[in-house]
Amino acid sequence: MKKLATLALAGLMAAGPAMADLVFPSLSYRTGPYAAGGIPFADGYADYFTLLNQRDGGIGGVMTSVPECETAYNTERGVECYEATRGEGALVYQPLSTGITYQLIPRVTADGIPLHTMGYGRTSAANGDVFEWVFNYPANYWDGASVIINYLLDQNEGSLDGQKIVLLYHNSAYGREPIRTLEILSEQLGFELVQLAVDHPGQEQGNQWLTIRRERPDYVIMWGWGVMNQVAVQEAANIRFPMDHFIGNWWAGAEHDVIPAGDGADGYLALNMNVLGDLPVFAEIQQHVIDAGLAAGDGSNLGSVLYTRGMYAAMLAAEAARTAQEIHGVAQIDAAMMRDGMEALSITDERMAELGMPGVGPAFDVTCGNHGGPGMGRIQQWDASAQEWVTLTDFIAPDDSVTQPLIEEDSAAFAAENGIEPRGCTE
Amino acid sequence: MFYREAGDFKTSYSADNQTFPIAFDRWRYYLVLFVAIVVIPLTISDYWANSLLLPFLIYVIAALGLNILTGYCGQVSLGTGGFMAVGAYATYKLMTAFPWMDMVSVTILSGLVTAIVGVLFGLPSLRIKGFYLAVATLAAQFFLVWLFNRVPWFYNYSASGQISAPERSMFGVAVTGPNAEVWVKYLFCLFFVIVLAWIARNLTRGSVGRQWMAIRDMDIAAEIIGVNPLKSKLTAFAISSFFVGVSGALLFSVYLGAVEVGEAFGIQKSFLVLFMIIIGGLGSIFGSFAGAAFMVLLPVLLKIIGVDLLGWPTDIVAHIQLIVVGGLIVFFLIVEPHGLAQLWRLVKEKLRLWPFPH
Repeated sequence: MKKLATLALAGLMAAGPAMADLVFPSLSYRTGPYAAGGIPFADGYADYFTLLNQRDGGIGGVMTSVPECETAYNTERGVECYEATRGEGALVYQPLSTGITYQLIPRVTADGIPLHTMGYGRTSAANGDVFEWVFNYPANYWDGASVIINYLLDQNEGSLDGQKIVLLYHNSAYGREPIRTLEILSEQLGFELVQLAVDHPGQEQGNQWLTIRRERPDYVIMWGWGVMNQVAVQEAANIRFPMDHFIGNWWAGAEHDVIPAGDGADGYLALNMNVLGDLPVFAEIQQHVIDAGLAAGDGSNLGSVLYTRGMYAAMLAAEAARTAQEIHGVAQIDAAMMRDGMEALSITDERMAELGMPGVGPAFDVTCGNHGGPGMGRIQQWDASAQEWVTLTDFIAPDDSVTQPLIEEDSAAFAAENGIEPRGCTE
Repeated sequence: MFYREAGDFKTSYSADNQTFPIAFDRWRYYLVLFVAIVVIPLTISDYWANSLLLPFLIYVIAALGLNILTGYCGQVSLGTGGFMAVGAYATYKLMTAFPWMDMVSVTILSGLVTAIVGVLFGLPSLRIKGFYLAVATLAAQFFLVWLFNRVPWFYNYSASGQISAPERSMFGVAVTGPNAEVWVKYLFCLFFVIVLAWIARNLTRGSVGRQWMAIRDMDIAAEIIGVNPLKSKLTAFAISSFFVGVSGALLFSVYLGAVEVGEAFGIQKSFLVLFMIIIGGLGSIFGSFAGAAFMVLLPVLLKIIGVDLLGWPTDIVAHIQLIVVGGLIVFFLIVEPHGLAQLWRLVKEKLRLWPFPH
């Protein structure tokens, strides 16, 4: 046992990067039923930091390092990964899992390390007054649900009265997130909401799709992830559900979700929060990272939906680190400075163009009170013959009058539960 | 030479009946206790406590519980994850309904609630055995997880369906919640492990344990010599579920802090604990410790060696981990079906003769 301990300790020491790095741990998952989504995201996240190191010599002259830890989308292993990487001077955590996010929120708050959950996690963390260390810009689930309904309103001449909408969701904290928004919207707009839960990992959905066939809904909205998406698209194709009435959220709209269903998936709609297509930065990643043999994966994911999103997440983290360096005037920032940088982050169209990714997401400013960003999303459609996603709409704004009171209510409940005094950002 | 009975004279019945009749074992036991209670809390680092020792201690309790049921009483159970979920949800309801209650009482009450549920699901064991009982407990596993997902009362109608442990203190220091110090959590779990292991050890060598073992070895013969199968099977279910419930309660409140039932207490958890007792040794208290250590520490150790020492990609290491753990389980089942506890017994036999075997 003692031998094991020394061995392990030596391992820990060997693994710890030099403290002169900016550390962005990547709690990734490249195994298990959610790996299909986890791999491209982790590749994009790591490759962007490698690009910064190779091309610019890091951020503000300090090299970055991205220690990876495999969570398999499992919360227990996520906690283990957090504890293992925390001591290395981690600046920000992006776990890409709503379940792990719920575990980490109290921990990062106690430890003083920022947590960025881009388009996932706890929605009410958008209220920076209560959640000092948690950020979920540029969009969250309640925004996403509202954007989808706004799109459907647009398609139906402004009225969803009497329509029937099914929410097919992953039976976890992740999948349950949009329910409250949709319930309120269904009251306001007069559509009937049918909720169908799919249990982890989501390979068996025969029952749910039988129900959908019987209920004959006008639309199906899906909050899915991992293998659940592929199965759902296949099942929808099997019962010949009209694909352009089947809308996935932004975690259910990647290439690997629709390709297995072949032509049957043609016309499937999904939400997206970042832009698609060829960005100038991809050529640079190809040149400096993939061709140099430094890619995190095999390089085949470059440009895919989730790769772009992982890269977008890395860009937001890198820009926040840069902002923090400017605010504090030091290159070697720590986690508390990183938080200040995230809170002062301003993403403009000019800056995105400068970084080689024009219009990759919406332009936005993070403030003390608003950690959530604008919450805009766009709708994309799968073209099976061309094997590519086609962006249908521009960025659609969510209905803040619906989501904002919910955020206030939920964050107030969290503050009361945990004895947190709001910081008083508005004063 | 050192490890022998000779020269250690027992002058009373109680001395003759003690758990560690060999003086060397006794001293070793006190030394382990001393290291666990005094040395480790003073020297522990966050990472070691949070990712190794806490889960180890918590799974030891679960393994002890399942060992009582499966190892001592011979009733195969695949419902461990479900019963751990009962413990966790009972803890959550008690913590939120009675904020003044201290964590020891909460944990013990959660264990009692789980014991009642365990007895309910143990009733079929009076009519069915073997594989059929395993299927019945499997039903318990799926039913309980479904129930905690389905009925919002269990998670206090929270939007996410998750339960999260509020902060609770004992003697002025936080035991649960993110602000709890690592050594407090460690000592809190250690307290339960020591007490419950002591109870388990003494139950299993007393009359209750002998009845369980009689049922395990041949239930008809046991009934003929006067063992009441109803009583012994149901006490096994109750006590086993109590242990498992306490472990689920600690896993939720002290270790994880927030839990989603389908993920934390799914069927994988049942298999994990079952593997622990199979590898550790069925019907052995030491085996529960060894098996839990094996299943908790080995993956982390492989990860440290693969990722941190050798610098391999994380996904390769994760796959190798599955292969190695699976391979070792098969290896143990073939080479040493009685588990690590049997290896330990053989070592002790050899030690007695060392250095002068016949």
